[in-house]
Amino acid sequence: MIPSAFDYAAPATVAEALDLLAAAGDDVKLLAGGQSLIPVMKLRLADPAMVIDLGRIGELSGVRDDGDALLIGAMTPHHQVATDSLIATHLPLLAKAAATVADPQVRHRGTFGGALVHADPAGDLPAPVLAADATFILAGPAGERRVGAADFFQGYFTTAVADGEILTHIRVPKYTGWGAHYEKFTRVAQQWSIVAVAAMVRVEGGTIAEARIGLTNMASTPVRATAVEQALAGAPMTRDAIAAASVHAAEGTDPASDLNGDAAYRRHLAEVLTRRAVIAAAGL
Amino acid sequence: MTTAEIGRARLRKEDAHLITGRSRYTDNITLPGMLHLAMVRSPFAHAKITAVDVSAAKASPGVVAVLTGADVADEQGNVPNVWPVTADQKAPAFPSIAVDEVAFAGEVVACIVARSAAAARDAVELVDVSYDELPVVMDLEEAFTDTVLAHSSLDSNLSATWVFDSGEAGTGKPIREALDNAEVLIERTFYQQRLIPAFMEPRSIVVDPTSEQITMWTSTQVPHIVRLMLALTLGIPESKVRVIAPDVGGGFGGKLTVTPEEFITLMAARRVGKPCKYTETRSESLQAGHHGRAQVQRLKLSATKEGIVTGLDVNLLADMGAYLGLIGSGIPILGAFMYNAIYKFPAYRLECNNIFTNKAWTGAYRGAGRPEATFAIERMMDELAVELGMDPLELREKNWIKHDEFPFTTVAGLEYDSGNYEAATAKALELFDYDALRAEQARRRETNDTVQLGIGISTFTEMCGLAPSRVLGALSYGAGGWEHAQVRVLPSGNVEVVTGVSPHGQGHETAWSQLVADKLGVPFENVEVLHGDTQVSQRGMDTYGSRSLVVGGMAVLAAADKVIEKAKVVAAHLMEASEEDLEFTDGKFSVKGTDQSTSLGEIALATFAAHNLPDGFEPNLDSDATFDPQNFSYPHGTHLAAIEVDTETGRVSIRKYVCVDDVGVVVNPLIVEGQVHGGLAQGIAQALYEEAVYDEAGTLVTGSFVDYLVPSAPDLPHYTTGRTQTPSTTNQLGVKGVGEAGTIASTPAIVNGVLDAVRHLGVKDIKMPCSPSRVWAALEEAKTTGGVQ
Ligand SMILES: Cc1cc2nc3c(=O)[nH]c(=O)nc-3n(C[C@H](O)[C@H](O)[C@H](O)COP(=O)(O)OP(=O)(O)OC[C@H]3O[C@@H](n4cnc5c(N)ncnc54)[C@H](O)[C@@H]3O)c2cc1C
Repeated sequence: MIPSAFDYAAPATVAEALDLLAAAGDDVKLLAGGQSLIPVMKLRLADPAMVIDLGRIGELSGVRDDGDALLIGAMTPHHQVATDSLIATHLPLLAKAAATVADPQVRHRGTFGGALVHADPAGDLPAPVLAADATFILAGPAGERRVGAADFFQGYFTTAVADGEILTHIRVPKYTGWGAHYEKFTRVAQQWSIVAVAAMVRVEGGTIAEARIGLTNMASTPVRATAVEQALAGAPMTRDAIAAASVHAAEGTDPASDLNGDAAYRRHLAEVLTRRAVIAAAGL
Repeated sequence: MTTAEIGRARLRKEDAHLITGRSRYTDNITLPGMLHLAMVRSPFAHAKITAVDVSAAKASPGVVAVLTGADVADEQGNVPNVWPVTADQKAPAFPSIAVDEVAFAGEVVACIVARSAAAARDAVELVDVSYDELPVVMDLEEAFTDTVLAHSSLDSNLSATWVFDSGEAGTGKPIREALDNAEVLIERTFYQQRLIPAFMEPRSIVVDPTSEQITMWTSTQVPHIVRLMLALTLGIPESKVRVIAPDVGGGFGGKLTVTPEEFITLMAARRVGKPCKYTETRSESLQAGHHGRAQVQRLKLSATKEGIVTGLDVNLLADMGAYLGLIGSGIPILGAFMYNAIYKFPAYRLECNNIFTNKAWTGAYRGAGRPEATFAIERMMDELAVELGMDPLELREKNWIKHDEFPFTTVAGLEYDSGNYEAATAKALELFDYDALRAEQARRRETNDTVQLGIGISTFTEMCGLAPSRVLGALSYGAGGWEHAQVRVLPSGNVEVVTGVSPHGQGHETAWSQLVADKLGVPFENVEVLHGDTQVSQRGMDTYGSRSLVVGGMAVLAAADKVIEKAKVVAAHLMEASEEDLEFTDGKFSVKGTDQSTSLGEIALATFAAHNLPDGFEPNLDSDATFDPQNFSYPHGTHLAAIEVDTETGRVSIRKYVCVDDVGVVVNPLIVEGQVHGGLAQGIAQALYEEAVYDEAGTLVTGSFVDYLVPSAPDLPHYTTGRTQTPSTTNQLGVKGVGEAGTIASTPAIVNGVLDAVRHLGVKDIKMPCSPSRVWAALEEAKTTGGVQ
């Protein structure tokens, strides 16, 4: 498991990193936690001539309060997302999802931004971020650009990040007081999601006022379960109402078939897991 | 013999250095001037090699040599198979480096020798191999039809057909009668999926050719066998080869073999005259290490309406993969004697067809043949119970050998020396709370609970402790099954024990120290156990088949007995007493009826000084013993699993797992517990998680641990373990093997439990591994076929 030879640079600022990136041309990779990039390089499925390590850029790591949102640095490790107190208060969905990623070693190395740019359809962070309608802040040669979550994920392992750009922060609106749950379905404890459902609900009295639901691994990108969200809006907070709404979970999805299950099974799981996720989020 | 140590839960001597990282695995070995190898492997499952261009690789920085099949064609011989199961067994040539044709993806086509591992790896990319692809045959049942051939050199995929017939063998009645007269006939086909041994330490080899004797360090279970095979295959005098198995990180049968990579590393080192190292990557390990199981089992079981089994007919297709490895051909035969299990079947026939496919070759994997057999019969007993509407335990009891019927000669011709299935089952039931769980099961069924409960049963025995040499001879195996040991009492009174078995995680150093401490009456700490180096342990048959204690341990005891006999001569001389008047207890010889005594340590020192010894006495307290067992060892037990099936998702959870194993006398309960736990994990893994999957083109899809799902601690339940103790009558301690029992017993317990949970919903069978998607699909199918009875 030895990668091809590559040049390595570890800039201290985003500006420096952008310069290095511009100078390096096409054959370059940014390195965040390395939990996806390094395995791929070791298998020689990628052999960049140059690797730019973002690990020394302090400004890219950490969680800040930004008014009606939290500003999460791209280099914030999963472990921090899972345990940060601001996130616990305002975005418990993210904490819950991050806690399901892999094992402690991976969670201490792997980063929030790295996972989002990697955009594995089975990865656990894209769906919650989509459900939360986050905004991605990208730094590039021409300055900063912002992309909404709905436009960020473009396909299998493909995002709106262009050559020469760096994801610096993710701005995630606060959902303070919302119930949240991430329902992840795997065969063994340490595994990428076969299907997972990210659910947030705002409960008013006995009804579900609003719901936001993102699905993991139900298409080449994370998807919103819009039909379920609509069916839940204003619905009574009962198991039956939630079950009725969840029937729509797989609408508009296009899941893949693999060793863990075929598309039909995934559609079925989406429905069952959506019901379970919403019930748990609502605290029923 | 004192018993201060035997039965004591000693912490393992081996563990401190392993868990503090002071281990010495083969890959940790670095020799001056050492070169590194990397293998070029075929991406195709079946192809002709039309050209191999190594010019760019040879020119790559740091590359010292590149070996192709053509380069070594004259010296490499073939990877050996030592188990011709029939006189007419067919096998393709198996060169370590393919010369003309490759027959599975991952087969070595060239080897790079370079100054660094990175340089070797880089040069792999530069070897240009031209292939003409040939059709592949991946499916075992299709391979049996010979529509596509796995090798162009063979005219059939059939390697051998091996038959056992109790009518012909005289061990029972002819099967035909039993089937023709069956009041009830159960016919089923089971699929033993292909598994990968998945040891944690990938295989690694270092060869030093620079001295008179070529030394090989290799991550193996079988250094003695490797030494002999290197000598025979490469034509090196055996005395010129030394093989060392240093710390070995697991084997599970996967390192009970001799590999192409071992031959290649030796050939490369010999050619360049420098030490060479090869360490495989995990991907290579999964792709090109041997696999296990991989059988299709077609069974017919006849019985009376009262549930008395009258006959069993088994037809096996066994997937050899592309080649016959060292003992791959014999693995299904090891199971052939176990289909009748703990039962008194009057008639039995088994036909085994060994078949080639374009997959990695198969070989031993924990249990080797016996898990397959046990799964099949324990599933069949459940099927019969369902057919007859009988409690599955009651049905088993009707058919099993009662404790007062031992020794019992089975329909497969084995003599079970001992056993008490009633006692093990009674204890398991007590720990399990069988009746309460059956009541809960009924409740869940009535209320249509989304989570259904099933109870899985497996009452098993197995034959282990390989093996009486005469029996192996009768089975055409290429070697004996004895084991060797030496015991040496040093001048200081410390004891060195040399064992021919080769531990790779089992804790032999601890257990053998306990044996010898009791036998010789010396402190546990004063015993040193040496192994795993053919220069230290010259003779041995190594470790597999749960043989180490029941065969190797007995050799140790026999050697210790000889030392006592020698010491007695000296003791009598020193104390001026007659040998008949001496007693040996607690490490001391005393003259009966007097207070005169002398310790083993004193005798050792006197022997060393040799000033005053009996005439003609050779001044040493060393001994050798070779022990050939008279019979196999037959551990048994009852395993019960409470299984929950989430009918919405198909997820299977193990709520409770009770196993009562009877492994006879226990030397170290902690080690036995560890073996049981690990064994259970691997058996459960077959039931629920693991499967080596290839695509139609012949590529291994489960080529990494992302897809080949080895369970870890959070995936496994808490085990409730218990023991009964029916001593074996065929060895001096009464011990039986334990290394494979958990693996053999647990797979059917789990699958029987899964089916018991969902059978009332119309599900008839689920192929292993019972993954959520498969369980769900079975439930869906049952709905659409209106399966609900
Ligand atoms: C054993 C194991 C198990 C895992 N299990 C899970 C799991 O259960 N669920 C899950 O979701 N994930 C899982 N992962 C993946 C893990 O979450 C990774 O950490 C994540 O996918 C990538 O994050 P990283 O920081 O390691 O990124 P890297 O591997 O360093 O980079 C990934 C990609 O993103 C690019 N990139 C990184 N940062 C930036 C940036 N700031 N701007 C632009 N491009 C960037 C890199 O160039 C690269 O292409 C697992 C990983 C391992 C090794």
